[in-house]
Order: sequence, then C-alpha cells, then structure tokens
Amino acid sequence: MNQFRVYCPFIGPFDPCPPIREKVYSTPPNLFLGFQPPGLPQFNAHEALKLGTLWPALYSPYPGKQT
Amino acid sequence: MWIYEKKLQYPVRVSKCDPMMARFLIEQYGGADGELSAALRYLNQRYTIPDQVIGLLTDIGTEEFAHLEMIATMVYKLTKDATVEQLKAAGLGAHYANHDRALFYNNAAGVPWTASYIQAKGDPIADLYEDIAAEEKARATYQWLIDMTDDVDLQDSLKFLREREVVHSQRFREAVDILIQDRNTKKFF
Repeated sequence: MNQFRVYCPFIGPFDPCPPIREKVYSTPPNLFLGFQPPGLPQFNAHEALKLGTLWPALYSPYPGKQT
Repeated sequence: MWIYEKKLQYPVRVSKCDPMMARFLIEQYGGADGELSAALRYLNQRYTIPDQVIGLLTDIGTEEFAHLEMIATMVYKLTKDATVEQLKAAGLGAHYANHDRALFYNNAAGVPWTASYIQAKGDPIADLYEDIAAEEKARATYQWLIDMTDDVDLQDSLKFLREREVVHSQRFREAVDILIQDRNTKKFF
C-alpha cells in the first residue's frame, strides 16, 4: 500500500513565493492494521534490527521529503 | 528496577561535521514530543492503568530511554569537537554561554523541558490516546529531522527511531482495543 497521501492546496494568483503544488503526508501502516493478527511473516533478525521492526506489515520506509 | 546494558539500542554514526544539526536534534531530547517526555509520560501513567496494559507502558517507556541515549550520542558527537566560533555560527552561542558543551533538556528553540509537556489524566482511554498522539508527533519530528540532514549515516539512525514510533503507536492502539473490549461479558449471537 502507498504509505503517503497527496493533496493540492489552493494556489493564489498573488502568492509571494513559487508555489508547492503538491503537499505530501505520511500514512504509516499502524493506521490500518488494527489489532495485529497472530502468525504474520517476520523479517530475519539482522533485517529486523536494521529496519526497526520485526514485522513487514509494520515497516514504514521514509525516503525523505517528496516536495 | 532496571538492568543497564552498556550499548546503544541501534548504532549511531555521524559522518558530517554539522553542529547546527545538533541544535535541531535536541528537539527530540528535551522537546515536548521528545524521548524524555515519552519515557516519563509512560512510566508515570502505568501506575493508574488497567493491569493488562501496565507491562506495555513499562516496556515502551524503557525503550524511550534507550532512544534518549541515541539522541544524546548524536548531539554529543556533533558538538564535542566544535570550536566556540563554530558553535556560535551554528546558533548555539546562547547554549554555550549557559552550558558550555554540556547537553541540556531543552527544545530546538532553547526552551527548557517542563513537566507540563506530559499528562496523566487517570482515565485509561484519555491517557492512551495521548500516548498515540505523542508517538505520531514524534514520528513527524523524525521525518522533519531526516529532511534537514544529508548525512546518510545520521539519517539511518533517525529512520530506525521513526520506525519505532510507528510500532509503538500500533501497540498503544492495540492497548485501547484490549481495554474497550468487554472480555468478561458473555456474548450471545
């Protein structure tokens, strides 16, 4: 699932700065999972340490500001 | 009581000399949504929360102290070898005047930490909803911090911390689920 949402704010004709036309915000997987069901797939230990979670279902990469 | 392991929860490597980043990172040290606030909030609320979720608050509150240590390491590494001129140029002149290179619990704007950043309402749902909000705010803070540096090693540690906020939020949401379910009631369908 795409973990980011985009909206287009109003751009006025007399705005002083060049407009940022698309605003992006994060919607990580904890918003959708509900009570975590048993038996979900797991990362191996090394990957889990690197990524910060044991669960692919909760992994939320953050590539940096999109705009 | 606690048992201390003399290592960080996740490695912290800082590859770029950037004292100004220390000034921004301090938001997660002594800011309203920082790790100190988080740890003290959860470890205090746990006394007046139903038995099923006390352990969760203990575990997450303890982990927040591990995160606090990681942030402290980042700030220390970024400032320990900075000259006074570099600190002044990085906007840390006022900090140096008061603290030398010591760390202090204040936010990125230099406002000292205060207990009014945290709440203990005694109502389990109110307290857990505050905790969920705190995790989402800390996640957002980590995003903005990641955006403010191009040091990939620092970003790596910050991304780990951001992911932990996501997991903590999930667990607090599950704690609410547990408390709102009336598990002792027989259900007839």
